[in-house]
Amino acid sequence: MKPAAFNYAKPTSVGEALGLLAKHDGDAKVLAGGQSLIPTLNMRLSTPSLLIDINGIGDLSGISVMGGEVRIGALTRHVEIENSSKIAKHVPLLALAMPSIAHPAIRNRGTIGGSIAMADPAAELPACLCALDSEIEITGPAGVRGVAAKDFFKSLYETDAGENEILTAIKIPKIAKGYRSAFDELARRHGDYAMCGVVAHGKCDGDIISDFRLVFFAVGGTPVIATDAMDAMEGMAVNDESIIAAQKALDNDLETFSDLHCSATLRMHYAKVLTKRVLTSLVKP
Amino acid sequence: MSNKIEQVQLDVDVNGEKISRMIEPRLSLVDFLRNELELTGSHVGCEHGVCGACTVLVDGVIVRGCLMLAIQTNGAEVMTIEGQSDSGAITDLQEAFHERNALQCGFCTPGMLLTSTELLQKKSDPSREEIREYLSGNYCRCTGYEAIVDAVEAVAAVRRDV
Repeated sequence: MKPAAFNYAKPTSVGEALGLLAKHDGDAKVLAGGQSLIPTLNMRLSTPSLLIDINGIGDLSGISVMGGEVRIGALTRHVEIENSSKIAKHVPLLALAMPSIAHPAIRNRGTIGGSIAMADPAAELPACLCALDSEIEITGPAGVRGVAAKDFFKSLYETDAGENEILTAIKIPKIAKGYRSAFDELARRHGDYAMCGVVAHGKCDGDIISDFRLVFFAVGGTPVIATDAMDAMEGMAVNDESIIAAQKALDNDLETFSDLHCSATLRMHYAKVLTKRVLTSLVKP
Repeated sequence: MSNKIEQVQLDVDVNGEKISRMIEPRLSLVDFLRNELELTGSHVGCEHGVCGACTVLVDGVIVRGCLMLAIQTNGAEVMTIEGQSDSGAITDLQEAFHERNALQCGFCTPGMLLTSTELLQKKSDPSREEIREYLSGNYCRCTGYEAIVDAVEAVAAVRRDV
């Protein structure tokens, strides 16, 4: 299982990388951490003629807090986010999700931008960004533009980023006072792609939840925002009754599928189990 | 599509030795180490990042040798199981694996040793659960993991007492 031959370029600026993308119009791929891209090359699911290694572009990496938001450079590696005190303080959901993203050796290389740009439906980060009203910063020939995370993931492995654009940063609002986050997933082996996963975020006043977000991953082609379940919980106290109502709403929100790892029915069951777990965790004193 | 492939210059430090080669860009790090440098301690298992048999250190941290191109280590320091073993830094861990039958066929062992080493650098007193979680990306098809966890736990305890 070896990749088809390609040429290799390592630009030192975003401008230079964009120039190479434009020149090879659709036939080049951007290499960030490579932890999702290289498997697809090894399996020859993708056969670009040029690989543009952006690891030499220094200003694409790093975590900074500016005003009400946290800006994470696209090339920031998972391990940096996992160990960041700024992330733990201002975006606790990411800190909760990080240990479940693959394995230590992969988190040492993988980047947030790469994970988002790949848009794997079983990946944790796209769901986190959708739950947190994040913005994806994309740089292209026409300049820099921002896209809301919920509009970025179009369908299976398909995003709003054009072939000649590069994802350059992620902007996430700092967690507001009184808000809490929860994360859970079920996988056959810790760190593997989940059979079902969910993130929850909202304002918690005692056991009453408002401005509630519930976003699933690994249950469809993109992160799935469970709007009916969110409506069912809005302004409600978390108790057996409201949890059952939210679980019931998932029958409308999710169209689960069967694969090698579990059936559609089991996947729906997992979604309901996980919903109970994250709701309980969200309001835990 | 016809596409003329240009070889690229790789200058890398492998186990303390400076290496310079012209290579194909598509050459993975683990294939470079095994086929060009004959460092066959790093194993090629799944070639898509699942099994952990190809684990090596790049600039001091563990990575998948199959998910990094050799050319991406240009200017970097690579350490393989051969380098770690010769340095004597993991002799206690190797002995503990041996004593406790934490290996049978040995295919996963280089990856297990390098991954456990990183864990013990980060945490001197890991719980059994933390050991399992850190090693979750390394498959072993012989031991059932119990003996591996025992060995890592035992070495952590001895190192703390030293």
